[in-house]
Amino acid sequence: MSPLIAVAVPMAAAVPILLSGRRPNLREAWSLAAALATAGAVWSMLSGTLAGEPAESVLFELAPGAAIAFRADAAGMLFAMLASGLWVVTTVYSIGYMRTLEEGNQTRYYAAFALSVGSAVGVALAANLVTFVLFYELLTLATYPLVTHHQDAASIRAGRKYLAYTLTAGLALIAATAWLLALGVDATFEAGGFLAELTGRGGVLWGLFALLAAGVAVKAAVMPLHSWLPAAMVAPTPVSALLHAVAVVKAGAFGFVRVMGYVFGPALLADMGALHVVAAFAAVTLTVGSILALGMDPLKQRLAYSTVSHLSYIVLGTAILAPAAWVGALFHMAAHGVTKITLFFCAGAIHAHAHKDRVSQLDGIGWRMPWTMAAFALASLGMAGLPPFMMFASKWYLGAGAVDAAMVPFLAVYVLSGVLNAAYLFPIVFRAFRNVPVEGHAERSASVDEASGLMVVPLMITAGLALVLGLAPDAAFGFMELALDVSAAVTAP
Amino acid sequence: MTPHLPILIILPLLLGAFVVTLCGLWRPRSAFPLAILAVGASAAASIASLVETARAGAVRYALGGWAPPVGIEYVVDGVSAFVATVVAAVALLVLTATRRMADREMGDRPGLFYGAVLMMLTGLLGIVVTGDLFNVFVFLEISSLATYALIFMGGGRAMIAAFRYLIVGTLGGALYLLGVGYLYFSTGTLNMADTAARLPEILDSPAVLAGAALIFAGLGVKTALVPLHWWLPDAYNYAPSPVTALMAPIATKVAAYAMLRMFLTVFPAGYLAEATPVATVLLVVGLGGAVAGGAAAFAQSDLRRILAYSSIAQVGLIAAGIGLASPLAAAAALFHVMTHAVMKAALFLAAYSVRYRTGEVDIDRMAGLGRAMPWTMLAFTVAAVSMVGVPPTAGFFSKLYLAQAGLAEGLWGVALVVLVSGLLTAAYMVRILERVYLRDAPDGGSAAEAADPPADMLAPALVLASATLVLGLANVPIVTRLLVPAVGP
Amino acid sequence: MLDELLGRYPYWATAVLMVIGLYGMLLKRSLIKKLIGLNVFQGAVILFFIAGSVKAGATVPVLIDEGATDPALYVNPLPHVLMLTAIVVSAATNGLALALMIRIFDGHRTLDEREILERPART
Repeated sequence: MSPLIAVAVPMAAAVPILLSGRRPNLREAWSLAAALATAGAVWSMLSGTLAGEPAESVLFELAPGAAIAFRADAAGMLFAMLASGLWVVTTVYSIGYMRTLEEGNQTRYYAAFALSVGSAVGVALAANLVTFVLFYELLTLATYPLVTHHQDAASIRAGRKYLAYTLTAGLALIAATAWLLALGVDATFEAGGFLAELTGRGGVLWGLFALLAAGVAVKAAVMPLHSWLPAAMVAPTPVSALLHAVAVVKAGAFGFVRVMGYVFGPALLADMGALHVVAAFAAVTLTVGSILALGMDPLKQRLAYSTVSHLSYIVLGTAILAPAAWVGALFHMAAHGVTKITLFFCAGAIHAHAHKDRVSQLDGIGWRMPWTMAAFALASLGMAGLPPFMMFASKWYLGAGAVDAAMVPFLAVYVLSGVLNAAYLFPIVFRAFRNVPVEGHAERSASVDEASGLMVVPLMITAGLALVLGLAPDAAFGFMELALDVSAAVTAP
Repeated sequence: MTPHLPILIILPLLLGAFVVTLCGLWRPRSAFPLAILAVGASAAASIASLVETARAGAVRYALGGWAPPVGIEYVVDGVSAFVATVVAAVALLVLTATRRMADREMGDRPGLFYGAVLMMLTGLLGIVVTGDLFNVFVFLEISSLATYALIFMGGGRAMIAAFRYLIVGTLGGALYLLGVGYLYFSTGTLNMADTAARLPEILDSPAVLAGAALIFAGLGVKTALVPLHWWLPDAYNYAPSPVTALMAPIATKVAAYAMLRMFLTVFPAGYLAEATPVATVLLVVGLGGAVAGGAAAFAQSDLRRILAYSSIAQVGLIAAGIGLASPLAAAAALFHVMTHAVMKAALFLAAYSVRYRTGEVDIDRMAGLGRAMPWTMLAFTVAAVSMVGVPPTAGFFSKLYLAQAGLAEGLWGVALVVLVSGLLTAAYMVRILERVYLRDAPDGGSAAEAADPPADMLAPALVLASATLVLGLANVPIVTRLLVPAVGP
Repeated sequence: MLDELLGRYPYWATAVLMVIGLYGMLLKRSLIKKLIGLNVFQGAVILFFIAGSVKAGATVPVLIDEGATDPALYVNPLPHVLMLTAIVVSAATNGLALALMIRIFDGHRTLDEREILERPART
């Protein structure tokens, strides 16, 4: 199976989805089929990647000296599997969510969703910088209709902000690409970096690094470039779940993996002294994001700031550069994806079914929606980094990396943030199971009143995954093995 | 056949202009098919010459058998064949698409309209294929006179816009002529190749410098470079729809081509860039225009005016590419000539389809059109995305090559402005698209009942829109096989 | 110095005419005066070409006497021919401009640019 198929399937699926707009069942069947086909196509490449023979496809030259090329290397596979696998779950969830709320413009929604996931897979599997930039930009465009889905003043404003941030970031990447092409560098990603020939040209290297890092930092929501993400929470919740917790923002974090590990490489970065800059921004974002999350009453905003903070876990991990930190950073991409999507799913189920959006309205809701809130509780435990959840493993590696690299202050940052995670999530669980009637109801409802099964089942699956993949981190998807592969390849002396 | 290709590009249009006018008086319905036939023949000759020049190099044609440099010479080389193909092909698509608008707005005498259109195209393509400096002036005036008349057909405000354009356009022509005079008295020749051969000995002469400055000032008016641009928005705004849709994609680009011709053929390599400030001025004015035009477009609410100011901005980018005066930059400028012609034609066709169906030109009254006219707006959106410069559309690659050319010269400021101009474009395009897609049509508004226009209007717009994608994906062969060899030393 | 300046009087005349022409084109409000300015400007360009090709004592390049092939006897005909073309172009421009003005006057009953812009056409 070639990586091209994994990218082309979701992109092409947009067409039948758009054409079957008048028949909702058919349209959603197309969406689900596309999600399954994409996940299958990505998953089928896993064995090759793990065996050290990643699948490749090269198309025609897109710019002189730079072809559209895909390569299913370990890092790309990890992100592609995460995005495509969770797309399947999200599609089922979307059907439940959108039908419950009777949202408009659903055809546009499903088509844009398919394009977004296709672009994210393209970002993941891009073999060179030009292809990466191409799909990074397409991702921006494809998600715009999703952000502005409700078409009211707030979402149009959020859409403008979103475009202003991400298009500017895209320009930085394009400028860097043009610069590399003008320098005659073959910008094919290579574990350990491809810029060794420029060693010693400090001005050029710093210029390129500033452009590339700024370009990916926007989507990774590194402060002070983060404010589009909380604004984008006006989108329907499945969008926030898959795109603004997994695909889009992880494309930014993944961009850091590519820039740090595959463009510059640890040796050059250490030589330039660029690591400390990135690490400082990431550490500030990580801490401040968590603190801001504490004060957010709207549930989705709280989760958004939590995402801001967790993306910087990954960015900081790549900047620490110790092998263990890289394992942690890569595995944290998967761990945070699976865990955070559960939380967003729960928030969406509560919004769609009980019409509650604020933490302060959630008193007692756990008795009405026990399955949802149980999943929420599981994911909260996971987010706090308790064993045996996925995030325990990633945080352990990240912390170990900080110690290995003799950067103990960052260990403190990680630990502090773990505590803050618990502090902003656990109270929600406590409130939900308080023995009081839900707001708007006279008495505590004894009977269970759950959201549609199309929403509850997906969120329980992802909550289960957060636990199972913590116990068996290599099960089915090989996330841990991929993370170890990436770390070994990038940080090899 | 082959040695006659240069004249075959012009001849169908020139003869067609008279035939169409006369036949149109006799049988009004015959005007349109005859005009299409003439433009089609010219487009076929252009494509044939593009193939021929790529295969065997430039084709030279001595008009009337008088050998150059005494006689007038027509030359089709890689650059002119490329521009001629773009101009003729886009003109063919636009004319096809605007037939219904012409019927509605031009009414009873289509012969006069199509005659003037063919005359304008004669002038534009004449500028492209001629190898004679004075002949450029003649064709410039032919196309200008036809354009004044065409704009004037809009009536009302268009009349005064046409008159103002006439004054400033003729002034530009006179400046160009004066510049040619300086060169002629310095070299004793009007043939471009011959001028190029004689100039290196007398480059110190202030007369040559004066000639260059006047030629570029004159062409600058026709190219609508800031600050010589002010005739353009009114002219585009008030002219009849088919005229603007035809003029906007190609007219200013041909003047820009004439500038590029001065760099490539007439003046010795490096002279304009190193010994004179012409190239620097062009670069600065072009980049300034790209920013100013984009900002001005953002301040408009009439779709035609937005697109007009956007043209000023995009032509600024082309001028900047010419002013960079490197082979890569020239190739980038030529690529953008093509890209902009295709995008702008698609945008204007979509805009006028809206006007045709709803009568609206104000973007505030276009709410809900995304639903009412989905295919029209698809064409508009794709072209707009290309204008912003998102990969893999052709507009992205224009900007990439321009930025790359700037960086290769060590002028990173150029790359910066080129890329930031994309953000400005995004700003005004998002303003339009938000209204079209994200606002619901007001009840009872004309937008609510609109539908896509008939297929013969819609298809050319969609062809042009998809061309922005195809040309973007095929940019490497176009640039490396056609343009770089064509502008190379 | 003075001889140098006076010796080039046609060029000074050209420059003066151009300035007058520009003044008329850009600053006069009447469309007719703008057109007159344009004509003065074009006249200046024509004067420039003709003055540049003057050759004292030479005559038209028509070969009457078979022996007289000395180029010094004849003026260069090309600039004159070019200016004939330029005059034709100018005549066409004038014709078009006057036609435009007639229509504008029909619509507005004035040729004052400011009044035209303030008052919409009656059609």
